[in-house]
Amino acid sequence: MVETLAVYRRLIGARIRSQYQYRASFALFSVGQFLTTFVDFLALLVVFTHVRQLAGWSVWQVAFLYGLSGVAFSLADVFVSQVEYLPDHVKGGTFDHFLVRPRGALFQLCAEEFELRRLGKLVEGGLVLALACGRVGVHWTAARIIVTAVSAMSGAVIFGSVWVVGAACNFWLIDAREVVNSFTYGGNFLTQYPLPIYGVVLRRILAFVVPLAFVSFFPALYVLGKHDPFTSLGFVRFLSPLVAGATLVVARLAWNAGVRHYRSTGS
Amino acid sequence: MYWEVAKRGFRRYSTYRAATVAGVVTNSVFAFIRAYILIAIFRQRAHIGGFDVRDALTYTFVSQGFLMPMAMFGWYDIEQRVRTGDIVSDLYRPVDFQGYWFALDGGRALYQAMARGVPPVLVGAVFFSLRAPPVAALPVFAVSCVLGLAVSFALRFLTNLLSFWIIDVRGPAQVLVMVELFLGGVVLPIALFPRTLEVLARALPFASIAQLPLEVYLGKHPGVDALTTLAVQAAWAAALLLAGRAVLGAVMRKLAVQGG
Repeated sequence: MVETLAVYRRLIGARIRSQYQYRASFALFSVGQFLTTFVDFLALLVVFTHVRQLAGWSVWQVAFLYGLSGVAFSLADVFVSQVEYLPDHVKGGTFDHFLVRPRGALFQLCAEEFELRRLGKLVEGGLVLALACGRVGVHWTAARIIVTAVSAMSGAVIFGSVWVVGAACNFWLIDAREVVNSFTYGGNFLTQYPLPIYGVVLRRILAFVVPLAFVSFFPALYVLGKHDPFTSLGFVRFLSPLVAGATLVVARLAWNAGVRHYRSTGS
Repeated sequence: MYWEVAKRGFRRYSTYRAATVAGVVTNSVFAFIRAYILIAIFRQRAHIGGFDVRDALTYTFVSQGFLMPMAMFGWYDIEQRVRTGDIVSDLYRPVDFQGYWFALDGGRALYQAMARGVPPVLVGAVFFSLRAPPVAALPVFAVSCVLGLAVSFALRFLTNLLSFWIIDVRGPAQVLVMVELFLGGVVLPIALFPRTLEVLARALPFASIAQLPLEVYLGKHPGVDALTTLAVQAAWAAALLLAGRAVLGAVMRKLAVQGG
């Protein structure tokens, strides 16, 4: 484990050094990443110039959802989203390189395509979350702080798992990569708003199939002290870490099945 | 000649069927999420900026259909050829460089309008009650879309030409993409913006790409108003295409100096 981490540090260290050579380009890319999600926050603020509340949530309560989802998503974006490049490696035949080296293929893929500029998104999400935490008007007990931090991590694991499952599908279906965007980028967008605004079918999918409701909505119910409109089971709002663990298991199984199914081009 | 080039652009993109279906699914999912947010707003306010909930929903699904035909997520075809050096052979061809790329882009846009533009609207119409465009507005809408493409192409042409001066244009291009998506009314209709922001958005060329054609589609510009709208778009298209030609001239001089 320690040794694997050392390898990881070296690999991404090399990536960061090479990307940092073009400083102006790197800076503008980071700004671009920052803006990618910042426009959604601007849209959120514009929405609240027309209404005081959305499904009973105030602007800063929704901003809290936005920030929590943003931090979770961008952590996954920084460390795991590189699996999106899998189809390129499968088509180009370079996936075989990963299989003959003495580390896991998933680990190598994530290290090889690491891009520091994605941090721009994390900075944006973090700033909005910090701003929202100061403005939602709750008393910040240790429990609330811990639940916020733990759900950011759980959310990152959930998003990361969705990314890996989506990428694993590419072992069977080439060219379907854009569907995965519905669940990752789409999931990020969706979890910025309170669940009750969505239709009932979409809500069930989000609670039980692709459990994105546990990224921001359920933990936020606890942190902001809100009433749960769907269930009287109080423990649901603390389930995020368990759900994250379950998605991790599913992602692992999907990835392993994909790698087993993979047959090289044979040339 | 330009017709042949356009046909090539059309065919190049029509080869990826699975990717097209995947893309339609994604555009529709995003439209759904936006639709629910808008429904939640309009449940509390019946009218905002001349839009009712049906206008807003129609706007959302049609605007998702604009993303790919208008290449609103970025387009780097010329930049790639500059980076590899292949651009030299493009510049030597006995055709107008800007005209050649515009024809190619027109073919691409026509294919994507059919494959990626129409389906999200049909999906939306299955689940929500969308507004059909007034029949009288359809010819104006068609012209408005072509002018919108001209503005979109002219802006992309300019950013791509920047690659003759700076190594990596993708950073600045991405910044432009986000500004375009927001001020162009794709993230949220400009009609919902606060007054000053709306005035700013309407004073910029980005509104000509999607917002104005979409307003025509919704029948917001009847009669003479339609001609004014088209005139605004045409003015931006002409100005930006000419700017592209001017920059292209500078590129040619620069290359000649370097002995290329």
